Amino acid sequence: MDNNDFLEFVYSFNESMESKNVKLVYKGEISHQVTKAFTSLTETNMMVEEESNSVQKKVFHVIVEFLQNISKHADYMDNEEGHEEGSGVFLVCKDEENYVITTGNILQKHKESIIANVLDKINSLDKEGLKALYKQQIKEGRLSDKGGAGLGFIDIAKKTGNPLAYKFVPINDDYSFFMISSTISRTQNFD
Amino acid sequence: MEVIKIVGTDDTPSVTLDVANEIFEISGRSLPEDVAVFYEPILDWIDRYSEEATGKTIFNFKLVYFNTASSKMILDILLKLEEMHEAGKDVLVRWHYPEDDEDMEEAGEEYADIVDVPFEQISYSLD
Repeated sequence: MDNNDFLEFVYSFNESMESKNVKLVYKGEISHQVTKAFTSLTETNMMVEEESNSVQKKVFHVIVEFLQNISKHADYMDNEEGHEEGSGVFLVCKDEENYVITTGNILQKHKESIIANVLDKINSLDKEGLKALYKQQIKEGRLSDKGGAGLGFIDIAKKTGNPLAYKFVPINDDYSFFMISSTISRTQNFD
Repeated sequence: MEVIKIVGTDDTPSVTLDVANEIFEISGRSLPEDVAVFYEPILDWIDRYSEEATGKTIFNFKLVYFNTASSKMILDILLKLEEMHEAGKDVLVRWHYPEDDEDMEEAGEEYADIVDVPFEQISYSLD
């Protein structure tokens, strides 16, 4: 690797992050320890910046749920080193109005339609609809062997009051890259 | 019965289940790495307790944060308390929430809607 080229890359990488208001980015294995490290770091930053308790708790919650989703559900591609199970990319962006928490991970293509259906349904519901769906899911949903209760996305939409943006980008015939993004308003009164 | 006394950490709640001193409380933060492993001994304890309970059981939840995986386990605890109530035992759930935390207040309201057990919501100040 050419050192100069690489440092040019680092410079443009930094510029790109600045232009999109990226405050934190991570790529790699998402373990419970990693989740704790990022929630703790983000909490400290928000306290320093005197965000309201309500905003702090919502940002904390979205990070916890998104990262636990990846650690439990991210797939990995066979025969390719560097793609470990439970790994992905994680970004925290912040501008004047909003925090935007985004994750991306590899996913088996056949799961796309299941996830898209769930997210489209969540995004079509208002607060009362989300509360009803949450109640139905907590009563009927069983805790999976991976410890998920199928409640994370519903609860995020309910608590942030914003739809979940998502996208699948095909990698090959079997796998896609799945990205999901949640917006938390820094100013809005949440009622 | 044996006493359960778990000291909370930054990702697991404090738990006290003490029949002699009439303390039944879960407080703090709940986002354990494995919710089933953390909550199973608590659910087992309540199962055994429900058979021999004679006095009033006031079960206090004083959580400041719980993730959705924990929310299912909290419901499982409440369902056990509901069973006790339906069996004629004297049970009261007290759901404490920080006064400015609408999400935690709403979580209490949702649980109160789902389970049929005497349920009190109590706000408290963090200061």
